Amino acid sequence: MSAARQNPFNTVAAHAALLIYTLIALFPVFVIVINSFKSRRAIFREPLALPDAESFSLIGYQTVLKQGDFFLYFQNSLIVTVGSLFFILLFGAMAAFALAEYRFRGNTLMGLYLALGIMIPIRIGTVAILEMMVQTGLVNTLWALILVYTAQGLPLAVFIMSEFMRQVSDDLKDAGRIDGLSEYRIFFRLVLPLVRPAMATVAVFNMIPIWNDLWFPLILAPAEEVKTLTLGSQVFIGQFVTDWNAVLSALSLAILPVMVLYVIFSRQLIRGLTSGAVK
Amino acid sequence: MTALTLSNIHKSFGKVEVLSDVSLTVEEGEFVVFVGPSGCGKSTLLRVIAGLEDATSGTVEIGGEIVNSTPPAKRGIAMVFQSYALYPHLTVRDNMGLGLKQEKQPKSVIKERVDAAVQMLDLASYADRHPSDLSGGQRQRVAIGRAIVRQPKLFLFDEPLSNLDAALRMNTRIEIAALHRKLSASMIYVTHDQTEAMTLADKIVVLRDGRVEQVGSPMELYNNPANRFVAGFLGAPAMNFLAHGPLPVADGGTLGIRPEHLRLTPEGRLTGTVTHVERLGGDTNLLVRTEANEAITVRLFGQDSTEVGATIALDFDDHAAFRFDLQGQRLR
Repeated sequence: MSAARQNPFNTVAAHAALLIYTLIALFPVFVIVINSFKSRRAIFREPLALPDAESFSLIGYQTVLKQGDFFLYFQNSLIVTVGSLFFILLFGAMAAFALAEYRFRGNTLMGLYLALGIMIPIRIGTVAILEMMVQTGLVNTLWALILVYTAQGLPLAVFIMSEFMRQVSDDLKDAGRIDGLSEYRIFFRLVLPLVRPAMATVAVFNMIPIWNDLWFPLILAPAEEVKTLTLGSQVFIGQFVTDWNAVLSALSLAILPVMVLYVIFSRQLIRGLTSGAVK
Repeated sequence: MTALTLSNIHKSFGKVEVLSDVSLTVEEGEFVVFVGPSGCGKSTLLRVIAGLEDATSGTVEIGGEIVNSTPPAKRGIAMVFQSYALYPHLTVRDNMGLGLKQEKQPKSVIKERVDAAVQMLDLASYADRHPSDLSGGQRQRVAIGRAIVRQPKLFLFDEPLSNLDAALRMNTRIEIAALHRKLSASMIYVTHDQTEAMTLADKIVVLRDGRVEQVGSPMELYNNPANRFVAGFLGAPAMNFLAHGPLPVADGGTLGIRPEHLRLTPEGRLTGTVTHVERLGGDTNLLVRTEANEAITVRLFGQDSTEVGATIALDFDDHAAFRFDLQGQRLR
């Protein structure tokens, strides 16, 4: 912003609003993390106090690491999330490219059909999905989850990315065709790099719900060896007794990988279109 | 030998007919310009020649071979786009070499041809930069270089100067003309700018609403337009059309007089009031409203002191005037 258009009051007000929002958003995370380092008694006595020499305890983390196969859950969650994102981005981008690039009968209808999924929650079809998974023998496999999440993420992915693909210069694609590039190379080498911000947006929107989902892991893949992190953490929450140290520690650990993924994608999100080749 | 023959090309998008019955030949080494207002189908015609669009009917022959079902890369053409369309992830050198690489040419050939093009276009100091580090004019030169290295049978230019500023546009125009002389290659150039058409072309094809209005050399079209549209499109300022001129015309017809063929004389047959004066130094343009309330433009060479509001009389040589009928066809 230029100095001429800068009003000190507005700047302060904007920053104050942003700071307050940041505090509100981070507060629950902060409470979870500090309490995960405290003994059980300290958690209930003073939930908002920082851990000190007396209340500091790693008991939660010890329980988590001993109990069950925590690393396996972790790995499962990561495989499911990354796998689903990969397929959502790949197939979403391909469908979006076809809708944006090729003129064919029923193009608009196809676009609407693909976008319909945005309005209908996939959980409505849980019973049918479960039956299908049982028949195909995919129950209790990670593939079951990856397939369902891919289906769940595709509508929005196609919708967002086809808008972006329409903005990619036609001349650039035509130049590729004249130079003898195949449609696949035009898609992967010319178009995809230019819609990276859209892909990052889609990835961020899909990542968190998939990572946090409890519904489908519980129904489609409850077996010990395919449990996801969210499902695995449920063992600490009992009907009568809840091991709060362990729950908080598990949650704190679960934040880390999504944060790493988020940082990777958000850098793309911020970077925006860096191309200077067109206009 | 003919570089390109188009026979009865039709193209429609759904129910909309964009090109109808276009037939045309381009001789070897000829510089042909397609010109017309926007939406006249000139770019679509170029894309049909390039193979980026399929013609609904008709044949396209390049270098004597029918190429209707040949993909763009194998037609022996190269194209320069209005928006440059450089590959953002490749350096200048790789941008130019990509087409040859796809043709599986040996590395030594690619290097030799790219080097030659870089030399020819003065791009040596930018050869290893990315397109984003270049200015508009440099990018367009790279795009032209990318076309040159392929040594095509036919160059296609799609409004290549439209994104450049006025000064650069003129320089690049001269460069393209020089390039054509040096390579003596067949070129097709699409533009909506009549100055580019007049200055570059060996042959101009004037298009309107998907039809060829007239084909000929620039001076032929200027001196001998077939109809009112061509007469009005070529020449700047545009030709004046008078329904109530001093010469008799057919019913509903018009009289066409170029602004440069009008002169100020006290006993002229046309009288009117000056509504605006444009002084360009070299010439002066007068906008005049005639007694019959028609707007005309007069182009006077040199500087002139006529003021706005003055009443003036104008005259012209009868043989410099064109007569058009109601449909806009020229009457001879």
